[in-house]
Amino acid sequence: MIITQLSVFLENRSGRLTEVTDIFSENQINISALSIAETADYGVLRMIVDKPEIAVRVLKKNDLSVHTTEVVAVITPDIPGALNKVIKYLSEEEINIAYMYGYSHENKASIIMKVNNPQKAVEILQNKKIELISASDFYEI
Amino acid sequence: MIWNEYYECMDREKMREVQGKRLCDTVDRVYHNVPFYRKKMQTMGLEPGDIKGIDDITKLPFTTKQDLRDNYPFGLFAVPKSEVVRVHASSGTTGKPTVVGYSRKDIYTFSEVVARSLNSSGATRNDIVQIAYGYGLFTGGLGLHYGAEKIGATVIPISGGNTQKQLQLMQDFGSTVIACTPSYALYLSEAMEEAGISPETLSLKAGIFGAEPWTEEMRQNIEQSLNIKAYDIYGLSEIIGPGVANECDYQCGLHIWEDHFVPETIDTDTLQPSKKGCIGELVFTTITKEALPLLRYRTRDLTRLDDTKCECGRTAVRMEKCTGRSDDMLIIRGVNVFPSQVESVLLEIGETKPHYLLIVDREGALDTLEIWVEVDDYYFSDEIGKLEGLSNRIKHAVESVLGISIKIKLVEPKTIQRSEGKAQRIIDKRKA
Repeated sequence: MIITQLSVFLENRSGRLTEVTDIFSENQINISALSIAETADYGVLRMIVDKPEIAVRVLKKNDLSVHTTEVVAVITPDIPGALNKVIKYLSEEEINIAYMYGYSHENKASIIMKVNNPQKAVEILQNKKIELISASDFYEI
Repeated sequence: MIWNEYYECMDREKMREVQGKRLCDTVDRVYHNVPFYRKKMQTMGLEPGDIKGIDDITKLPFTTKQDLRDNYPFGLFAVPKSEVVRVHASSGTTGKPTVVGYSRKDIYTFSEVVARSLNSSGATRNDIVQIAYGYGLFTGGLGLHYGAEKIGATVIPISGGNTQKQLQLMQDFGSTVIACTPSYALYLSEAMEEAGISPETLSLKAGIFGAEPWTEEMRQNIEQSLNIKAYDIYGLSEIIGPGVANECDYQCGLHIWEDHFVPETIDTDTLQPSKKGCIGELVFTTITKEALPLLRYRTRDLTRLDDTKCECGRTAVRMEKCTGRSDDMLIIRGVNVFPSQVESVLLEIGETKPHYLLIVDREGALDTLEIWVEVDDYYFSDEIGKLEGLSNRIKHAVESVLGISIKIKLVEPKTIQRSEGKAQRIIDKRKA
């Protein structure tokens, strides 16, 4: 239930993002989820892709700084209070969320979270019957 | 105005005699009191008796900044510590500063040469001198202070920074002379314009600017915007501090007070004296200093010497305004910065690649330093907070070593150009 997320360091100037998407398209890598955190000078591109190991290799080959992080992905109904419930379960057990990103589509919302203890977060959420997305849903096996 | 006509206008042959006698005395003292010099001279097969006159100066060993560092803090002092009445220090490469010491007589000499420099810049006992050089370990503030008191001027020891107060006192006290770095002078002129103060309403007539190289264009800019005459003062703490040389009214080179400091220029490849009138690295031998006498100290500043008599009446040899360096030292806001200082901080922190680039620029009148550092895969974090933390840690560590504020920019790996020879570590946009 733990998913590998890729983070890429990108300078904040035009053309940087296309370099990554070019590399992925050449190597037939599909992006399932993506978010960018930015500062004045640089950004961190966070992605879930279908072939994380290959992706890391090709990014490094192209001199990009890439880092892998374990994240947790949940599915909630697209209704008020659904996210609130998930976060409460985690905070009750003192799990901290560093950042999260998500979207909703067809009455369901998918949320990707970076927490300080992903293993424990998975257990808590499974006990509370929260639907989790497994790695195999993202990766090509 | 000439403060000490006897020495400043001395016949050149007579000056060489004075220098020769003082040099012999200095060599004798360092040989017997400074193990570093004794060893160096012995290795070269030199004895104090081999130095008979000023022409023998070329037989003597050189001294470098590294020698001062190697003998940190007091290893090159030639007097017992009880004779040292003051120390100054400048920032160093590995956190260790370069330390210089003064005996009571050295402080007297320091005041004397600054007095000559002030007079040469038109300042007299009737002037109000606002000293906006930093007071403290830096030689600028106290150096100018003692010289200005010596000529009997009224001193405003305001020190550096605090621009609003500088302007207020300038107006209220009627300062006639300002002493600071040339870039701060430009900054003051901008601040004046913003505050709606017209330079014509002030009493300022002259500025004594040093501690960093500045161009003729900058001089014109300062002279126009502050409505003053701008004089260049040269010095370095190793030799004594500001006041080793100063321009006169004719602004055609800086007169070196050579009855105290003997200048030479050398070819940096052969280390032989450069041809008369040709550019070379400026080398000084102090011939009156007691606490820290230095033989042939390599300043790394490039200039040429002119010993023809000046229209002002002085015979003291003139050095051309320094325009370059024979090493990679940068002078940023009056502070000496070596790229190696940044490198050692990065290696110590160890969380980035050791590739870096210093970008020096000038925003308005103030120098800025931005340091590009390549992110390392291993330490790169997906959390912005951690990256910001890293760049803040680097910023604080570098600032504490350099003593000036800087900006850190994290860049992607391989952004900084690699070179097989000497790495390009500096982009100085101020020269453009």
